[in-house]
Amino acid sequence: MLDSQARAQSAPRIEPMPVDSPFTGFRTLLYKEVLRFWKVAFQTVAAPVLNAVLYLLIFSHVLDRHVTVYGDVAYTAFLVPGLVMMSVLQNAFANSSSSLIQSKITGNIIFVLLPPLSYREFYAAYVIASTLRGLFVGLGVLLVSLPFVDLPIANPLWVLAFALMGGVILGSFGVIAGIWADKFDQLAAFQNFLIMPLTMLSGVFYSIHSLPPIWQNVSHFNPFFFMIDGFRYGFFGQSDTSPWLSLGVVGACFVLLAALTLAMLGRGYKLRS
Amino acid sequence: MSIPAIRIRQVTKNYGALKALGGVDLEIAQGEFFGLLGPNGAGKTTLISSLAGIVRPDGGTLEVMGHDVVTDYRNARRNLGVVPQELVFDPFFSVRELLRIQSGYFGIRSNDDWIDEILASLDLTGKANANMRALSGGMKRRVLVAQALVHRPPVIVLDEPTAGVDVELRQGLWHFIRKLNRDGHTIVLTTHYLEEAETLCGRIAMLKGGRVVALDTTGNLLRRFAKHSLRVRLQRPETALALGGVVDEDGGWAEFAFDNYQDVEPVLARLREADAGLVEMQLGEPDLERVFVEVMNRA
Repeated sequence: MLDSQARAQSAPRIEPMPVDSPFTGFRTLLYKEVLRFWKVAFQTVAAPVLNAVLYLLIFSHVLDRHVTVYGDVAYTAFLVPGLVMMSVLQNAFANSSSSLIQSKITGNIIFVLLPPLSYREFYAAYVIASTLRGLFVGLGVLLVSLPFVDLPIANPLWVLAFALMGGVILGSFGVIAGIWADKFDQLAAFQNFLIMPLTMLSGVFYSIHSLPPIWQNVSHFNPFFFMIDGFRYGFFGQSDTSPWLSLGVVGACFVLLAALTLAMLGRGYKLRS
Repeated sequence: MSIPAIRIRQVTKNYGALKALGGVDLEIAQGEFFGLLGPNGAGKTTLISSLAGIVRPDGGTLEVMGHDVVTDYRNARRNLGVVPQELVFDPFFSVRELLRIQSGYFGIRSNDDWIDEILASLDLTGKANANMRALSGGMKRRVLVAQALVHRPPVIVLDEPTAGVDVELRQGLWHFIRKLNRDGHTIVLTTHYLEEAETLCGRIAMLKGGRVVALDTTGNLLRRFAKHSLRVRLQRPETALALGGVVDEDGGWAEFAFDNYQDVEPVLARLREADAGLVEMQLGEPDLERVFVEVMNRA
């Protein structure tokens, strides 16, 4: 052994600080992700609520007297759950995807990669924070809409189940997009050419029974349709398709996307070279 | 014998056809101040990133305080603090928020006493509640150091921490890092400022093309590779050539290399005999820059 090594070894031994709880790392990442959108809540919560309310005002003004759905449900009442779910989905996606791409492009993702966090904790924190943002915005849209519409809630558990599943699925989708995209441009393409069309064509603004049969069949290949239809069932006790089928499709989507996201994170795809 | 702070065995990493690391072996004892030097692209950052778990090596093993960075990554990372080369920061948070969050990532919830101590040591107390965007480049660099220390890691890796930093901050930073080393932290430093490495590091490894091409104490490297020098300005510089000197391109100065100063006098005597016309004279100590150039040329 060289002298310098021997001298060095006589130095006092340092121990790293003890860990308070094995969950502190995960909880901190979740807290940081929530704080990140909460600090700019005007942009991340208030603006999407306003956006959805504008849809509500315009569409209800134009169509409310002309359209009824499920026999006796007013169009405005029909529209509100669709807008709420659309807001949940879009904002859950926006949260994880924008947080990840910003961190990757600015380089501060390294502060999450250096600590002893597992890829499962990473996934759970980003997806739960995204779901919370989606739910905040969805709740905001619902609360702002209530003065304009008489909205029943037939089965609150279905409402909650589909809102949570929608948030988790789109949060996972956002993690995939945020990791895959190298530029904001690529992320915008993901959002504008995939998420937006799938949302708009999912029955937010209409019942698929008002579509020609072929488009009704096409709608059944859109998983967003099942998220919104199942969510709507929770309010009216009626829907275009069975809520159990919707739950099955949404559940399968969740399992598939969660497995894909975890596989990407576990391999360190585009994060750990 | 205690566990080494860092143990690297046969680590390889290729990026396509590029061999970034070609079988690196390295062992750094606890409490050492160790320098990792090399030209751009030598593999220093890839090696550090492999140690930190950011890069996954193709082969070999890396351990921090006896913990494998892949199979026991949680303990390996708890023992390691890395100051990254790039000046990166999260624009959403204040300095204190960032340090609390970083502590939390390492599993430490109530860490304000240690955070206050780091802030004071790095002269950041007055900026604790400032947003990161409001800080100067030098301040941001100090916050990077603070972030690497929040979990009080036994091993601290600094990847070119003084690049683009003014003299005052550089001196303050080294004062603090030396204190950490005296307290028992193992320090691994990469830098292009070779005089810093020479002053601070007890042992140095030099990398070229992903391989360790020199590894020894700083003193031994200076003795082995660098020589004392005598620079003379002569009226007739061509006479120096005949005596084994090297003449500058502009022709005014000639340089002789020696193992020790006792060899200087005979050269001066022969220059006098040759009527070289001595105008000016400088004696040079061996330095790490010469060692570096010599090692890189030989490798």
